[in-house]
Amino acid sequence: MITGPALLLALMEGAVGAAVLALTALGLSLVFGVMRVINIAHGEFVMLGAIIVWWCSAELLGAHPALGFLLALVMAPVVVGLIAMAADWLVLRRINYDPERTIVATMGLLYVIQQSVLMTYGPDARPIEPPVYFRIQLPWFGYSGYKLIVIALALLLLGITWLILSKSRIGLYMRATRLDAETAQAFGVPVRRVYASVFALGAMLAAVSGVLIAPIQQAHYLMGADPLLLSFIVVIVGGLGNLRGTLLAAALIGIGEGMIAVLFSPTLAKMIATLLVALVLIARPGGLMRESAP
Amino acid sequence: MTLLETRGLSRRYGGVTAVNDVSFRLEQGEIRSIIGPNGAGKTTFVSMICGRIPPSGGAVFFEDHDITNMSPWKRVMRGIVYTFQITSIYPKLTLRENVALAVQRRLTAKPGLHLSLSPDALDAAIDEALSAVGLNNEADRLAGVLPYGHQRLLELAMGLALKPSLLVLDEPTQGLAPGDIQPFCDLIRRTAKTSTILFIEHNLKVVLDLADRITVMDRGAILAEGTPAEIERHPAVQQAYLGD
Amino acid sequence: MRQAAFRSYAFHIAVIAALFLLQYVLPAYHIGTFTRIMVYAVLAIGYNILFGYTGLMSLGHAMFFAAGAYGAGLSVYWLGFGPIAALLAGVASAFVVSLLAGIVVLRVSGVAFLIVTLMLAQAAFLATLYFNTITLGDQGIVLSLRPIEMAGLSFALSDPSVKYNVALAAFAFALLFSLWLLRSPFGRILIAVRENEARTKLLGYNTFLYRFWALVISGTLSGLSGALYCLLFAYVGASFASLQYSTLPLLYTLLGGTGVTLGPLAGTAIMYYLIDISSSFTSSYMIIVGAALLVITLWFPEGIGGWVRRFLRRKPA
Repeated sequence: MITGPALLLALMEGAVGAAVLALTALGLSLVFGVMRVINIAHGEFVMLGAIIVWWCSAELLGAHPALGFLLALVMAPVVVGLIAMAADWLVLRRINYDPERTIVATMGLLYVIQQSVLMTYGPDARPIEPPVYFRIQLPWFGYSGYKLIVIALALLLLGITWLILSKSRIGLYMRATRLDAETAQAFGVPVRRVYASVFALGAMLAAVSGVLIAPIQQAHYLMGADPLLLSFIVVIVGGLGNLRGTLLAAALIGIGEGMIAVLFSPTLAKMIATLLVALVLIARPGGLMRESAP
Repeated sequence: MTLLETRGLSRRYGGVTAVNDVSFRLEQGEIRSIIGPNGAGKTTFVSMICGRIPPSGGAVFFEDHDITNMSPWKRVMRGIVYTFQITSIYPKLTLRENVALAVQRRLTAKPGLHLSLSPDALDAAIDEALSAVGLNNEADRLAGVLPYGHQRLLELAMGLALKPSLLVLDEPTQGLAPGDIQPFCDLIRRTAKTSTILFIEHNLKVVLDLADRITVMDRGAILAEGTPAEIERHPAVQQAYLGD
Repeated sequence: MRQAAFRSYAFHIAVIAALFLLQYVLPAYHIGTFTRIMVYAVLAIGYNILFGYTGLMSLGHAMFFAAGAYGAGLSVYWLGFGPIAALLAGVASAFVVSLLAGIVVLRVSGVAFLIVTLMLAQAAFLATLYFNTITLGDQGIVLSLRPIEMAGLSFALSDPSVKYNVALAAFAFALLFSLWLLRSPFGRILIAVRENEARTKLLGYNTFLYRFWALVISGTLSGLSGALYCLLFAYVGASFASLQYSTLPLLYTLLGGTGVTLGPLAGTAIMYYLIDISSSFTSSYMIIVGAALLVITLWFPEGIGGWVRRFLRRKPA
């Protein structure tokens, strides 16, 4: 029997999942929207974010866990952004962003990143202390204050990304490149740098979501698979490259997945999400894939 | 006997109407040309006939059957064959393989698994189609390396190999060398003995030479229709299309 | 043309004969290795039919491999099937999974196709974990198999030489089947779909159906490979459905050269040895797979097959 409080708890857990998923999926969708590149290694950037939190808190052992966390919140996007830029420079640019070859290349990247972490960090899943310890006491249960902070931070970061995309010059460049890279180039948009920054920005969003979930889950070298699967589901439902659709789908799927995960089982939740997408595809062939302006 | 008929056929893209309420008839055995300025909706119109673009309204009848919702491949099986305005061939395959795909479609028209084909029947039909367009000596070259005009002839050979009852050609002489145009007209006339021909064409000399009747389109609608002589005299046509 | 067909079959049969003779020359360890290579090559041959010939890149072949493996393994473990019945059960379950997957994944094209195949395969992987009362999840099932009884003789599947020849028989079947398929009228259309789908549609072919059957054939062959792997090595576990088994056939096919019938064998053999050697140095041996994918994309896009083909063409005929 599912009681009211259990449902409320599930809803809250779902909201946390949705907030983090929105960040991850937005990164994937942004990269596809501007560069027409599907980044199979996207989940590994999430994993790197979580591993970096562990490094930071391990380095600052003894200090307050919040210090390590804050450091990671700055370090993870910087480090992962640089890795992504290097990947763009060394690999993607050389194959001219050819869709099929980039997929193979990012698949290679997935293994290189994942296995490098296995070599250095090891095969263990390690718990990470949350930066703050307070519980919100509701009449039925206590709730981790950190998780509410995650929601707040994720919303803040989504807002910042939105501002960057809609108000800044780089955002304008991105939108121009997205519409037509050749024309944008002709009008003086530095398309190559736009590509590098978009790929980095997408990776940074993934890394930050990795930082945020690390204290909730654990840091493990194989943890990239789940966020990748969920982001894929989100971009298929929301429309590839459609940012508004991505956010909406992330909210729906994140909450739904989180609720089923709490009430039944996390594995079941992901299977149901996938099956739903499959059913929708059968009912509306190709209909979900329409692209529209962000 | 009417081979093809459209009733109130329309196609809208967002707010733009490319083809507006076109009712059109084509008699069996005719050579019909569609002319008109750029953007008149000619290609959209024939694309709806062959099923490449679904209409927004109206209906298409072929041999008195409503084929409006029929898939493009089924229309080919019924005898409607289309050649693209922008050449569409298999550049990485040889000419022989290009035409083989068309021949195979005809030889496997009957239902069944067709796990093998008689190589002799295949070869004979390929040679026939390639000879018809004068490319039989190039059969083993890759289609992609041919000059553009020859690629167009190859596409025509693929169309002929299907032995269509209605052959729809979209600007067939575009890209042909001047010396290839007369042989092309002869070929169309020979083909017309067994097929009905509907072609969009900008080269008026070819149109006046080949067409039994001409349909003039402008802004998505039919402006005039008649024999070449009638069309040449038509005042609206002279003004809108032929100029002075 | 007919002479070319004869030469092609003769060449492929010679390769099979060479593999048969190899078992009398190779040291024991390499016999085991080659057994695995031939089983994986069947997976790669199946993959090549979809990717190399039809032009559809799948990131989800693990689900077909696992369908074959679980179909065979579970029928032995729970229903007490003998090896041959289990093999058929594995192939049949891969066939059914391919049919179902085909209905879903072919609704989309281009990059969406890749995403949906990967998505479904991940869901299949999760399913093997979720239904762990049946599959025993991560830990997997170790099988004890009855010998194959045939013509009054008994062949124990634990015997390395029996394993080798069973694998060879399956490989020979897959290779000759793919060769025949691609030289058949059906194969011609698959290539046409890869080269220019719009044209193929307007030549009168229902291209959706051809892509669909290419997927089903490809998935079923991959399932044959999974079923064999399970039966020859007497084990089935959730790792069979993991991303690795979708990546490897892609890598084997790319390395061997897409759209070349013998490419999968060459790619599988080389890659298998590379992984095998590096796994004796590090537990992170999958990094070799990542590096190989990057190297192939950057510097070797045509693979061995493309390279050999170019070499042969340069030679005066």
